[in-house]
Amino acid sequence: MTLDQARTLISQRFATAQVEPAVAGGPIVATVPPDQWTPFAQFAKNDLHCRFFSFLSAVDWKEQGLEVVARLDNVDDRIGLMMKTKLGPGVSACPSITPIFRGADWMEREAYDMFGIRFEGHPDLRRILLTDDWVGHPLLKSYAVDTPHPPYR
Amino acid sequence: MSTAATTHADREGPRRTEEGPRRIDLDYAGSERLTMNMGPQHPSAHGVFRAILTLEGEQVVGVDAVIGYLHRCHEKLSETLTYAQYPSIASKTDYVAAMTSEFAYVRAAEQIGKIDVPKRAQYLRVITSELQRVASHLLWLGTWCLDLGGALGGGATIFLYCIRERELILDLFESLVGARLLYGFFQVGGVRYDLPPGWVATCRETVDLIDTRISEYEHMLEDNPFFMARVQGVGVISRELAEDVGISGPLLRGSGVNHDLRRSDPYSSYEDFQFTVPVETAGDCFARYRVRMVEFRESLKIVRQALDGLPEGPISSRPGLKSVAQTRIPKGEAYVRVEGARGEVGCYLIADGSAKPYRMKWRGASFSNLAILPHIIPGHKVADVVAIMGSVDPVFGEVDR
Repeated sequence: MTLDQARTLISQRFATAQVEPAVAGGPIVATVPPDQWTPFAQFAKNDLHCRFFSFLSAVDWKEQGLEVVARLDNVDDRIGLMMKTKLGPGVSACPSITPIFRGADWMEREAYDMFGIRFEGHPDLRRILLTDDWVGHPLLKSYAVDTPHPPYR
Repeated sequence: MSTAATTHADREGPRRTEEGPRRIDLDYAGSERLTMNMGPQHPSAHGVFRAILTLEGEQVVGVDAVIGYLHRCHEKLSETLTYAQYPSIASKTDYVAAMTSEFAYVRAAEQIGKIDVPKRAQYLRVITSELQRVASHLLWLGTWCLDLGGALGGGATIFLYCIRERELILDLFESLVGARLLYGFFQVGGVRYDLPPGWVATCRETVDLIDTRISEYEHMLEDNPFFMARVQGVGVISRELAEDVGISGPLLRGSGVNHDLRRSDPYSSYEDFQFTVPVETAGDCFARYRVRMVEFRESLKIVRQALDGLPEGPISSRPGLKSVAQTRIPKGEAYVRVEGARGEVGCYLIADGSAKPYRMKWRGASFSNLAILPHIIPGHKVADVVAIMGSVDPVFGEVDR
C-alpha cells in the first residue's frame, strides 16, 4: 500500500475525517470526531495495516478544549498515521482504544493521569506516574507549575 | 547455540506461553496465592521499579507494574524552558544514552523551524550517537549478566569488563564535551563543540579495541551452557504482540520485525553509511541479546565510516547564541523520532511562535518497552523475571520522565 492509496481509502471510508495536506516525508494527519475514534483506530489497524502502536497523548488547547493524539505506523510499507480527535470545550471523556491496541493501556493511563481524560472502555484506568492521592492533572494549562502539593512542597 | 535451542524448545509447561495473558490458571495444588513485592529497591530493577507479583508456588501468574518513582514531569518542565535551555535537560530523560535524547528534541525543533544542519554537524551527531549506543549496550550487557549472577560463575566478570570498555567511550565524550554522563552537546542547528586535536586518532583506537573485546564476551557467554539455559526460550514476544504494544529497538527486531529508523526513515545523513540491521525471529531473551551484540559491531562500523568521511565546515548553522531566548521557532508541530539505544525515542513538539514550546510529548522507548512485561512474565519462574527485565533494558529516567 502506498501513502496515496492510504489517503484515498481514508476519505472513502470516513467522510467525517479531515485529512491534512501531504507533507513530503511526513505522516498522514487525520482528525476524526470522538464517536469515530474507535472505529477509525480499528480501520487503521485492519485496512491500513498500521499495527505498530507508537504513542497516545493529549494537548490542552485551553478554551477550545482537549485534543487526543495517537501515532500508528505501518512498518512494512513505511506509512505513518497521526490520528487526532477534538473532544470539545469542557469535555474530558474519550472512547478507549485499548481493546484494539494493547499498547494504549499505559498511554491512556498516562493521559488520564496528566489531563484527567476518562477513557471509556479502558479495563484498568488509574494513575500511572503520579501517586493515587495526587490532586489535579499537571499537564492541563490551568495547572500552575508551582502548585503546592503537601507534604512535598 | 543451535543445539541448545532445540533442547529448550522441547521444554514443557507455561514457560512457552507466547501471548502472556495477565493472569493464567495453573493446576496449582497449593492452598493460597502469594503476593510478592519486587522493588522498588531491587538491584535487578536498574533503577526504581516495583513489580507486584502474584505467585502460585514459584510460578508468576500476575504482574502489576508500578512506575513513576523518578517522575519529574519533563513535559511540563519543557513548557517553561526555551529551545536553547531544554536540550541539556532532555539528556536527563534517558541518562544512559543522553546523546540520543537530546537528538530527538533538537531535531523536532529543527523540523518545525526548517533549520538546516551543516554536514559536519550531522556527522558529529552520528558519531556521538553511535558511540553512545555502544556505551549504553555495554552497560546493559554488564548489568544484565550481573543480574543473571550465579549462572555465570559470580557474574561480576562481564560487568567489570563492560564497564572498563564503557569508560573509554566516556573518556572520549569527556574530552569532547567536558562531561561524562549528561552532555548538552546538541543545540538547535548543530552541535556545541568541535572535535579537540587528536580526538579522531583516539577514537579510532578505542573503536578497534572495543571491536576485538566484543568477540571475547560472545565466547564467554555463548560457550556457557548455564547462560544459554537462562536466556533461551525465556520471555518470548511474538511479532503480533510486539507491534501491538509498540515496543521498539532491539526488542522489536528480536521479534522478527525489520524496523530500524536509521534505515526506514533516515535522518542526519544516515543514508551515507553502510550497515546491516540485525533481525532475529525467536523473540526470546537470547534473540534480543543477539540483536544487541550485532548492533555493537554495526555501530562501530558506522563510527569508522563517519570518521573517514568527516567533512570540514561549520558545526552549527546558528553560531554565537547570545541569550537563551534567542532561538524562536515558528508556529507548527512535528513528531520526530530517532533510533536510540533502546528504540524509538520520539518528541512530539507543538510550537506557538515564542521561544518556548506550547506542548512537548516525550515518547520514551523504555516506557513502551516496559509495558510488555505484564504480557510476557506470567507463566515464568521468579528467577526468570530478572532475566526478562534485564533483556528489556529499561532506563527509569526515560520510563518516568
